Amino acid sequence: MNCGAIKENLAASGAQAVNETEYARKGFALDVQVAPEQLLAAVSVLDAAGFFIEAITGVDWLGEQAALRKEAVAKAAAAAKAKVEAAAAAGEEPPPVEPAAEQGELAEDALEAVYDFNHYEALCRVTVRTRVPRSKPEVPTISQIYSGANWHERETHDFFGIIFVGHPCLVPLLLPEDADYHPLLKDFRP
Amino acid sequence: MSALIQSQANETFVLNLGPQHPATHGVLRVKLTMDGEYIVEAEPVLGYIHRMHEKMGENRTWAQFLPNTGRMDYLHALAFNHGYVSLVERAAGLTVPERAEYLRVITSELNRVSSHLLWFGAFILDLGGFSPLLYAFDDREHILDLLESVTGSRLTYCYFRFGGVYNDIDDNFVPGARAFIKRLRERMPMYHNLVTKNIILMKRLQEVGPISAEMCRKYGATGPVCRGSGINFDVRKHEPYSIYPEMDFEVPVYEQGDSMARYMVRMDEIEQSLRIVEQALDKLPEGPVMAEKVPKILKPPKGDYYHAVETARGSFGVRAVSDGSNTPYRLKLRSPTFSNLSLFGEACRGMLLPDALALMGSLDLVIPEIDR
Repeated sequence: MNCGAIKENLAASGAQAVNETEYARKGFALDVQVAPEQLLAAVSVLDAAGFFIEAITGVDWLGEQAALRKEAVAKAAAAAKAKVEAAAAAGEEPPPVEPAAEQGELAEDALEAVYDFNHYEALCRVTVRTRVPRSKPEVPTISQIYSGANWHERETHDFFGIIFVGHPCLVPLLLPEDADYHPLLKDFRP
Repeated sequence: MSALIQSQANETFVLNLGPQHPATHGVLRVKLTMDGEYIVEAEPVLGYIHRMHEKMGENRTWAQFLPNTGRMDYLHALAFNHGYVSLVERAAGLTVPERAEYLRVITSELNRVSSHLLWFGAFILDLGGFSPLLYAFDDREHILDLLESVTGSRLTYCYFRFGGVYNDIDDNFVPGARAFIKRLRERMPMYHNLVTKNIILMKRLQEVGPISAEMCRKYGATGPVCRGSGINFDVRKHEPYSIYPEMDFEVPVYEQGDSMARYMVRMDEIEQSLRIVEQALDKLPEGPVMAEKVPKILKPPKGDYYHAVETARGSFGVRAVSDGSNTPYRLKLRSPTFSNLSLFGEACRGMLLPDALALMGSLDLVIPEIDR
């Protein structure tokens, strides 16, 4: 078992991106981005290679799209300013100011489900991520492959409201049994 | 009347264990479906002391979260300290002076011994033997005294800081620790004579609650639970951190997978931890215990980071997502007992109730760490 072979198998299973990360800096060796439909295929590859499940969790990326747009606008403004300055320095007529690009609707922010897998023998922690829209956070369950995922998925559902489709019993695990709130969402107000 | 008389062939009843029950060592509830004395189905019910540490992490600074880490696994708090500070040091790129790393390993290995001693006493208490608990607490008291002199607390330690430890040891610590190692080494044969070789204990533990290596893998079991099932996995060897690569120690592994194997793993680990402490005391370098240039307001660069350490109960991992500000964007705490307990439902199917309690004790549960 080595990380290189796993990387190839994961890429062949239809993952969107398989990146090697610097272990000493990050603490994990492979960073795998998959679409929710490809999750089971990727997890099966890891199961066949003898990985064990370490944890499942989520990350709420609320406000990410707005931040990305702000960044892009700032970049465009800086580029335009540089152009004007360059023209002024060369003694040329400043170029006409281009109208700002049309700003469409913001794309929807995502909830990310993060799966950590580790291997008992090889030093190869694999992080699998999948993103789903906040309004319809549905990810297939992997509890039929890894029985231990059952509790981790229930916990992630508690905290983020991510629905693991096909989970045998998606009821609150750590929160009260009648909890209908998801405290780790960034817009959660107690 | 007729409903009572017509009893069904496979009649089961539900037995509620906990949430306040001495055998669960804290507030854990298990809903058991019983067929007479045999367990048909066991469902642990968690969350009675859930405090949402992960949310607390998101609304305080990186440094302000430090005391929380000592309040999850209260029996091996220093390892949880270690996991979190190592993660932040990795993210922020801080280097730690060598003496500080040695002190971290010495104190956290002593803490591991104290955790195993408490487990030993409580486990035998579960099985009906009262006196070993008193012996174990006697020994544990020495460790608490030693650690109190360095860290200032006796249970929920918060001794490590980003870039080092907050306090150097005093003159009494090294001789005190050496005396303790000598003392416990003399006491270990007594424990084995009194408890391990006891025929009643053997009958209660051997071939009781077998957990296969495959089950460990599917549930993500780590620590003594997986090492009792023949898996040689210890984070200290597997992805070495701190000064563990310089230490000479063995990882006890037993193949049987029963409760006795897990018992033996922990008993052997006490001796290995003493070895590590002894070596670290021999090699302890002089120097500062705190890095010089640790920024007052820490802002790790954007990105996500993972760091795992070996606690008394298994692999504790912290995953942090930083957005480059002075508070974590997301902090995931992967606690070992959460995964170890998740296999309980499958492992105890078909077992006698008293055997299942022996199995539960051999998992070494610390509830605040499961519930977080």
